[in-house]
Amino acid sequence: MFRTLLQGLRPPATEPAVADPELAALGAALDGAVRKRLGRSLSIRAVDAGSCNGCELEMHALNNAFYDLDRFGLRFVASPRHADVLMVTGPVTRHMREALVRTYAAMPAPKWVVAVGDCGAGCGVFAQSPACVGSVAQVLPVDLTIPGCPPPPAKLLAGLLALLSDR
Amino acid sequence: MSAWEDIGARLAAGEASLLGLWGEPGRVHLAVLEPSPQPPPPSPQPPPAGGGGEQSPLPLREGVGGGEGSPPTIRHFAFDCPDGHYPSLARVHSPALRLERTLRDLYGLIPEGLPDPRPWIAHGPTPTAYEFLPVEGEGLHQTPVGPVHAGIIEPGHFRFTCDGETVVRLEQRLGYTHKGIEALLAGAEIAVAARIAARSCGDSTVAYSLAFARAVEEATGAAPPPRAVWLRALAAELERLANHLGDIGGVCNDASFALMQAHCAMLRERVLRAANACFGHRLMMDFVMPGGVSRDLPEAAPALLLDLVSQLRSGFPPLVRLYDGTASLQDRTNGTGILSADLARQFAAGGYVGRASGRDFDARRDLGYAPYDQLAFVVPVRAEGDVNARVWVRIDEIAASLGLIEQILDRVPDGPLAVALPPRAGEGLALVEGFRGDVLAWVRMDAGRVARAHLRDPSWFQWPLLEAAAKGNIVADFPLCNKSFNCAYSGTDL
Repeated sequence: MFRTLLQGLRPPATEPAVADPELAALGAALDGAVRKRLGRSLSIRAVDAGSCNGCELEMHALNNAFYDLDRFGLRFVASPRHADVLMVTGPVTRHMREALVRTYAAMPAPKWVVAVGDCGAGCGVFAQSPACVGSVAQVLPVDLTIPGCPPPPAKLLAGLLALLSDR
Repeated sequence: MSAWEDIGARLAAGEASLLGLWGEPGRVHLAVLEPSPQPPPPSPQPPPAGGGGEQSPLPLREGVGGGEGSPPTIRHFAFDCPDGHYPSLARVHSPALRLERTLRDLYGLIPEGLPDPRPWIAHGPTPTAYEFLPVEGEGLHQTPVGPVHAGIIEPGHFRFTCDGETVVRLEQRLGYTHKGIEALLAGAEIAVAARIAARSCGDSTVAYSLAFARAVEEATGAAPPPRAVWLRALAAELERLANHLGDIGGVCNDASFALMQAHCAMLRERVLRAANACFGHRLMMDFVMPGGVSRDLPEAAPALLLDLVSQLRSGFPPLVRLYDGTASLQDRTNGTGILSADLARQFAAGGYVGRASGRDFDARRDLGYAPYDQLAFVVPVRAEGDVNARVWVRIDEIAASLGLIEQILDRVPDGPLAVALPPRAGEGLALVEGFRGDVLAWVRMDAGRVARAHLRDPSWFQWPLLEAAAKGNIVADFPLCNKSFNCAYSGTDL
């Protein structure tokens, strides 16, 4: 086991994050509000409001050694009570709407909502479905949208860092 | 006895396995898998003249699978019920239960004699109003979990009834991610439908796209070019690798052994990056299309994939030794969440769930769809049925997939990537081995559009078994049981 542990230490797999100009611009619209209130530490609660599981897989990848979300002070937490940011995936289904709204309500203020993926942004291929109530923005106040089907981890990371930008 | 009830009796007797049960207004479809030698099909009977309330027993047609020699046969029946009633199969064969509840929710088809009258997919205006099964006994308590879970995971509700720490009953309630997929597919243009099929279950997007494409190709009589067929298998094996690596790490992580998770996640990331470089998308979404594939591999792809294979061949075995040699971890996975061979067989559980409990079925081998009929690979089967066995089936399948990738790269032919689909009407059925088990796709095509389609996730027949496997385990071991099954939510919520 110790050999495996040591092996994991070198060479470091973690890569520098690359800023995404589009997402940085979107984050700048928040005018540094997140940074001002919370510094460089953000707790994130993820809610799948009807996703196909694609976005979840890529959000999981943020925790692997290549992206290492933790080094930026960002981490996924188990309870909305501990969260500053709600990351929501999926076209919000009729069946998940209530759970999503309750999760948001359980978060302490100040709080921010990030809509993830083409479904979160605009329902994606499920836009015509009567089983979906609409994009995340139609249910909650969305502060940042990270499009993609699914957005790759590098883009998710750039989006979250944009939240933390100064301006 | 009508043919419908006859097939129900054969399912109940274990002479055939339920592959799928789906509907459309006024008609119920049934697909079963019959082992060879194939018993003679029931002779078609003319539908009764009058009808009102009468069942019209008619096995309309046989599906794919052929009947020659040893492979098992897929048979497809359609049962017309203009009045919306049909005799419940779940009365005699419980694997049909959730499917029949779903047909009633989605299409208003009433299974006569259905043992469980509660809805399944439809939650109604008040999602919280649902009657869980009553549990009685001294000192029992309930733990409700979900739909929002603690991790980054799909939504579903688990209702645990416990005696102290021991789970005496787990009852699932799913349907939270119901997106109306079948309604969207009905009438959709083929390109649109393919994108929806690819997003029915994101972790199995290649398997879903492949099943859907093969069903459409059978319906329209299109033959995908050989290069496309081989490239599809390449993508399918990469998908299997990525998911199995993620699952093995995930199971260990649920036993709080994060080291395995950290390393497996890195290997998974390498697979996804290779997929991105070769197929233009990390999950390879929309690569497989009806008629062929959407793009060719870049020139560097074979070298890149062979390099990936060698990285996994050197990087994975030390992790397997770590898994196998860590007593504290073995203590958690051995003897935990045992699924009996009888249940696995009764529910025709696909994938690692069935194969870890002695059900020796793999659609790639047993149905021999191209190019697997020309490839050599081992299908691992275990008898123990515990979390450890499900981990080991995955470990052995990773080795098999690496071998398959090498064989495919060695032999993939040159040529065109896709053919145009003739605008022909017809029906098609396909069964594809995804990482989780066999994905079934059925379509009816009508002049270049999808008239109706159904995609059946393997987890329809795995979720109920998780309820059985969790029973008698402590609550703290449920995450291990659950991750070792890794059932699909979106895929079964439709």
